[in-house]
Amino acid sequence: MKIIVDRAKCTGLGICESLAPDVFEVDDSGDLVLRTDTVPDGQLADVEAAVAGCPTEALRLEP
Amino acid sequence: MSRGRVVVVGASLAGLRAAEGARKAGFEGRITLIGAEAHLPYDRPPLSKAYLDDVEPGAAPETPTFRTEEVLRDELGVELLLGAPATKLDTTGKAVLIGDQAVEYDAAVIATGATARQLPGAEGLAGVHTLRTLDDAVAVRAALDAGARTVVIGAGFIGSEVASGARKRGLDVTVIEASPTPLVRAVGEAMGAACASLHHRNGTDLRCGVGVTGLEGDGRVERVLLSDGSTLDADLVVVGVGAVPATDWLADSGLRLDNGIVCDATLFTGAEGVYAAGDVARWHNPLFDRSMRLEHWTSAAEQGAIAARNALDPASAKPYETVPYFWSDWYDSRIQFVGVPQADEVQVVDGDLERDGRCVALYREGDRLVGALTVNGQSVIMKYRGLIMKRASWADALAFAEKRRAPAVVSAR
Repeated sequence: MKIIVDRAKCTGLGICESLAPDVFEVDDSGDLVLRTDTVPDGQLADVEAAVAGCPTEALRLEP
Repeated sequence: MSRGRVVVVGASLAGLRAAEGARKAGFEGRITLIGAEAHLPYDRPPLSKAYLDDVEPGAAPETPTFRTEEVLRDELGVELLLGAPATKLDTTGKAVLIGDQAVEYDAAVIATGATARQLPGAEGLAGVHTLRTLDDAVAVRAALDAGARTVVIGAGFIGSEVASGARKRGLDVTVIEASPTPLVRAVGEAMGAACASLHHRNGTDLRCGVGVTGLEGDGRVERVLLSDGSTLDADLVVVGVGAVPATDWLADSGLRLDNGIVCDATLFTGAEGVYAAGDVARWHNPLFDRSMRLEHWTSAAEQGAIAARNALDPASAKPYETVPYFWSDWYDSRIQFVGVPQADEVQVVDGDLERDGRCVALYREGDRLVGALTVNGQSVIMKYRGLIMKRASWADALAFAEKRRAPAVVSAR
């Protein structure tokens, strides 16, 4: 599955990093960096939690 | 339980997530979402942030509604009873009462949140507002649009964000804080004092150790009287002195109430089929082995979903464990906190807020890292959340901080 970030909504809060740190990381400028844009094997639940956990609903998954 | 009726009381974030969580868990029966406010479920954090900002002439601020009515009714199949404050919970008959109307449930999630504390003596005076609801935000915004001389009561997160919003518009603002130091309960005394410096840097007149003795005005507020004998002229007074859990309606429900609905680790209230979530829930957090009631976005969202899942299948109920997290945006800075602030020691491990406008502070209880505060530390805060989640030792936390510390500036040759 592909991970899509709506950059207009993302403010770098980083809850996604907290739930799926292999995939999401906030850099020193406070911007979200996707370490991979496809969901790694075995991490779908974590990435789905990250998508659901974003206060600005900036994340979504696409097949 | 895949059929039957789920009733969610409270139509804000936790309630919405409970309704969505029920469908995600495969529930195919009736879901009724009851809300006191007339609005569709909407998001609160923007109300003290973006919603207060100036917009282009002719434009309107964006109302932070979560889902359209069509999505709620048609896609999620949720029945909406809005503008309908629940008045009683009958745990024997398994019904939520809205006045005379009884809404029966097989499973219920209570997510009635909290209400903003009012300032005594403010009744009947226009221009005095708490800031919790959309209606409050509309009023506060209008006053800021009119260039109101603004006085904020309470230097907590809401008050500070309002002050920040006023300063962004070039308006003068005074913040009155009764305690000698702001934010002591939220981040502790040392860091509370450090955060206060953000106000000073940005031209906000912050007065601590001062209380409000009265408000004066003819129909509209005109003056704020302070305990040090001084007076402030004001067109807008925003009251940010905390919130109380909305449990009055549960007074004779039989639920255990103690600064919120007392729940076990699975958010179960003790009444058959009834779980609680969000600002109203005081639940046992296994990660800290204590009960807590959080007024945070992340826990409201997570608890809503978990409460619904657990209510539908109590035999498989899962505990909710979390490292609390909140953020607050003041001026052009971001404050973030993870964990709990009750600590034996607080140590600043990077930066100096007053000098650099950024810092990282760690909180120790016994020999464990229990909390972390960052100001403009977005790239590191979640790493500390991870450490706390793993019950990291204080020594490990300090070692990590050492590795992350910004390198010392090498003097120019």
